[in-house]
Amino acid sequence: MKVVIDADLCQGQGRCFSIAPNVFGFDDLGNGVVLGDGTLTSETLKLAQLAMANCPEHAIFIEDDE
Amino acid sequence: MSDKPPVLDFATDWDHTDPQWVNNPYPIWEDLRSRCPVAHTERYGGGWFPATHAGVTAIAKDTDHFTSRSVVVGNGRPGEEDLPAPIGLAPPITSDPPFHAIARRLILPAFAPGAVNALEPQIRALCVELLDRFGEADVINAGLGYANYIPPSVIRQMLGFPEADTEKFLEIVHVVLENVDKPEEERLEEFLPINEYFLAQIEDHVANPRDDLTSYLLNVELEGEKLSHELIGGVMILILVAGIDTTWSAIGASLWHLAQHPEDLARLVNEPDLMPVAIEEFLRFYAPVTMARLVKEDMEYLGCPMKQDDWILLGFPAANRDPVVFKDADKFIIDRAENRHVAFGLGIHRCAGSNLARLEMRVAIEEFIKRYPRFELADPAQVTWAQGQVRGPRSLTLRVR
Ligand code: HEM
Ligand code: SF4
Repeated sequence: MKVVIDADLCQGQGRCFSIAPNVFGFDDLGNGVVLGDGTLTSETLKLAQLAMANCPEHAIFIEDDE
Repeated sequence: MSDKPPVLDFATDWDHTDPQWVNNPYPIWEDLRSRCPVAHTERYGGGWFPATHAGVTAIAKDTDHFTSRSVVVGNGRPGEEDLPAPIGLAPPITSDPPFHAIARRLILPAFAPGAVNALEPQIRALCVELLDRFGEADVINAGLGYANYIPPSVIRQMLGFPEADTEKFLEIVHVVLENVDKPEEERLEEFLPINEYFLAQIEDHVANPRDDLTSYLLNVELEGEKLSHELIGGVMILILVAGIDTTWSAIGASLWHLAQHPEDLARLVNEPDLMPVAIEEFLRFYAPVTMARLVKEDMEYLGCPMKQDDWILLGFPAANRDPVVFKDADKFIIDRAENRHVAFGLGIHRCAGSNLARLEMRVAIEEFIKRYPRFELADPAQVTWAQGQVRGPRSLTLRVR
């Protein structure tokens, strides 16, 4: 499982990196970025899902492995 | 205001300055959601008010059909000539695409989490100092003596204006925020000394550059060119307009809530880690900011016959109470884990100062409850609320001992 942020949708609301600081970070403009390649463990999956449920822009997606 | 006829039906004649709305808008919005999700009014030259999360979202994200040329509902409309769209009077808040993105990029780095988080120690010191001023008093005014001072002082520090000018700066803020519906000419006259003061501060930063927001604005480039001092002054005014009574309201409303809900206050005192989640619920439940748009051209939208230059009152606070999106929407749940609230707006105009606002709220509440782990309203009847598009307590007397 992998988490991604759609940069066209993200407006830098900042919910993701405060909920899951070990999964998400931010860039110079304050937009959300995924740390590393976004691969989730069973632990970080929960946090990523919580961030997804809080992102007002619906910009976070969790993708199943191919 | 008093000369306006009272509203009998908010579905066909809404007015956000009507005393019923000012005192308690939530039942009005709930009623509208159940029978007329996009309300209409002939007041203010015509306007619409979507009361649902879906309606607010659609319009906030639709910059093709709606313009931000004016974001405050009034009787007049800005003329095309005095507001060169798409730039607008106060970029980026009154700008439309494509210029909006350029203006926004200018200020975002200064308000990104990295830059803002560095301010935490000085905000904390400021809060402690303000609390010290209350001394041993049993009853204090947390609205006019605490919540109101924090946002302007933080902005003064960010801009790098002298500490000695604190009073002067507060006066400026007062002029900028009050009497917004005075005639244009009087406003311009009032703004003369403010512009002069800002230009003098800017000159001083040209001569003595330092590490602050003013020097940042002097160095930043817009399409390869430095900003004019006038434009920098304009950005400063926007930050004052956008960043002060909004945050004051958010801090005040949070303290107002805690004063009446000892169980929530006790949880925050005992579980400091809950604070970030609680802040989001304060923001959802007491969202202070409602914006506006103008309809660009005649059209049918959300099933309504909208006319060019009709107002849209964009109620982020109403969206935050929509039960379709929030479980138990009308309940304040301090540990609400899933909270997709829109207090800072949605889409391209999302509040540029949201990281700063959250930090100010968190530190202000943390320091307050550390000093006063128990407090209650001294006199509920004396609490006054701001009316208009920014909603929050102004005078807020609390019994702290
Ligand atoms: C709790 C406090 C605050 C709330 C609830 C709030 C709310 C909002 C909202 C709803 C918007 C969207 C405007 C729109 O859609 O037309 C906005 C925009 C903006 N806010 Fe805030 N705000 C707060 C504090 C601040 C602070 C502290 C600052 C800066 C010091 C600030 C600066 C801005 C700016 C520059 C914009 C315009 C962004 C753009 O148009 O791209 N705000 N704010
Ligand atoms: S919560 Fe959503 S909008 Fe906000 S920074 Fe994260 S991805 Fe972007």
